Amino acid sequence: MNPENYVLCARNLHKSFAGKEILHDVSVAVGKGETKVLIGPSGGGKSTFLQCLNFLIHPDQGDVFLDGRKINSANKRELYDLRQQVGMIFQDFNLFDHLTAEGNVSIALRKVKGMSKKDAHARAIHELDRVGLSRRADHYPAQLSGGQKQRVAIARALAMDPKVILLDEPTSALDPELVGEVVAVIRKLAAGGMPMLLATHQMDFAQALATEIIFMEKGRIIEQGVPEALLAPGARTRTQDFCLSLNQMGNQNSMQLCCHSQAAPSPSAPEE
Amino acid sequence: MDNLLDFFSNINASAFTFDLNYIADKVVPVLNKGLWVSLSLIVPSVILGFIFGVVIGAGRVFAPPRIRRLLDLHVTLVRGVPLLVQMFIIYYGLPSIGIRFEPYVAGVLSFTICTSAYQAEYVRGALMSISQGQIKAAQALGFTAFKSVVWVIVPQALRRALPGCGNEVIYLIKYSSLASAIVMMDLTGEAVGLASQEYKYTEVYVMLGAYYLAITSAATLALYFIERRTAIPGFGRLAAGATK
Repeated sequence: MNPENYVLCARNLHKSFAGKEILHDVSVAVGKGETKVLIGPSGGGKSTFLQCLNFLIHPDQGDVFLDGRKINSANKRELYDLRQQVGMIFQDFNLFDHLTAEGNVSIALRKVKGMSKKDAHARAIHELDRVGLSRRADHYPAQLSGGQKQRVAIARALAMDPKVILLDEPTSALDPELVGEVVAVIRKLAAGGMPMLLATHQMDFAQALATEIIFMEKGRIIEQGVPEALLAPGARTRTQDFCLSLNQMGNQNSMQLCCHSQAAPSPSAPEE
Repeated sequence: MDNLLDFFSNINASAFTFDLNYIADKVVPVLNKGLWVSLSLIVPSVILGFIFGVVIGAGRVFAPPRIRRLLDLHVTLVRGVPLLVQMFIIYYGLPSIGIRFEPYVAGVLSFTICTSAYQAEYVRGALMSISQGQIKAAQALGFTAFKSVVWVIVPQALRRALPGCGNEVIYLIKYSSLASAIVMMDLTGEAVGLASQEYKYTEVYVMLGAYYLAITSAATLALYFIERRTAIPGFGRLAAGATK
């Protein structure tokens, strides 16, 4: 893949921790308007990979390109510039606990981008409004539900005008009834053309949004392709097997979307 | 029972007199003089000690290894040597190598050094309690390491450190009584002088205790208000559901 055609591109990333290989030669590129969805078993390297893209974890080998330009992460200026342009959403939100929703969104505008307090406030309220939370602007994280916290986190990322957003299992820490509100916000982003790289276990979500599904296991990309191909009835792909195993864990939504009508072997699984 | 009665009648008979006139005429004016000296030692030492405590505590967590080891050594020395000995070294010892301090300066200096080492430990503990996620979130937004410490980590850590730091302020108020050992006429210095004039130890020292109790009570109250003012839902006093 030629990095110049993509907003964010990772080429041949390798990472090991204490002799254990976590990422092996992973390359992914996200272009304008694309939503690439990483799926695969836990511990497969999805989260490490996402964090290598903005150097929260430094890869041992490989390159990251933003708008076709190779990032030299040893250069602090370049590193901080990259991070400002790449939004990140974490599984457990990581809102700043000592700041209100408004403060969470505005602090980076003020302290990183150097905006005035007034401008940052106006922008923060605007972004909170976009995720439906302007009325919660003066609430602290401890006073918000999980879904509200994740929406504040999304507003915080959007306020930085990122070129691309990385989402690391944004709905995995949420109570089931709160997933919908966060999914709705992410769908709206995708519809608006925001390039995204999303790690998730929610197959219905993945299938509906993905321009490409990337299946990762044991630090490698096992297969990738458009959802229609990977999840087609009878496709017999690793991705489809994984979907089925998720279904057996009681993920009813994905069952409907993944299984279609193919003769899938369904051993009796413990229902919740 | 008889023994007990004997005991109390003996007290009444001999030394247990509490001369209120003496207290009003003599003890209170003398202690008031000492009170201002004590406060002039305590207040700057609390402020300087807190500032240096935050710097040393943050250094022990975030500074490069070489500086960190130096700060570890500093804290070990200061915490391991009795304050009185440190004061003797600073006031009586240093002049032999040509460094001379006024008693007041020596007092504030040794109190600041001592209290900042303890404050640094409270701050260090609080800094280490801040989750990695908070730091990652700041980094992901483009905060430099320094800015994420200043704007994200320290404001949270200080709220967690506050109860411990308040404790140390109370300690400092009490160990300020050692200033009399380097000829400061603070509360304790004045009291010792007065007591040795007329040997009315009970009146003088009970009143001295009452003065310290008043200072520590005022400090406790002040700390309570600071804690309440800086409280945030999810931190300290305010429960998660409460609004300010």
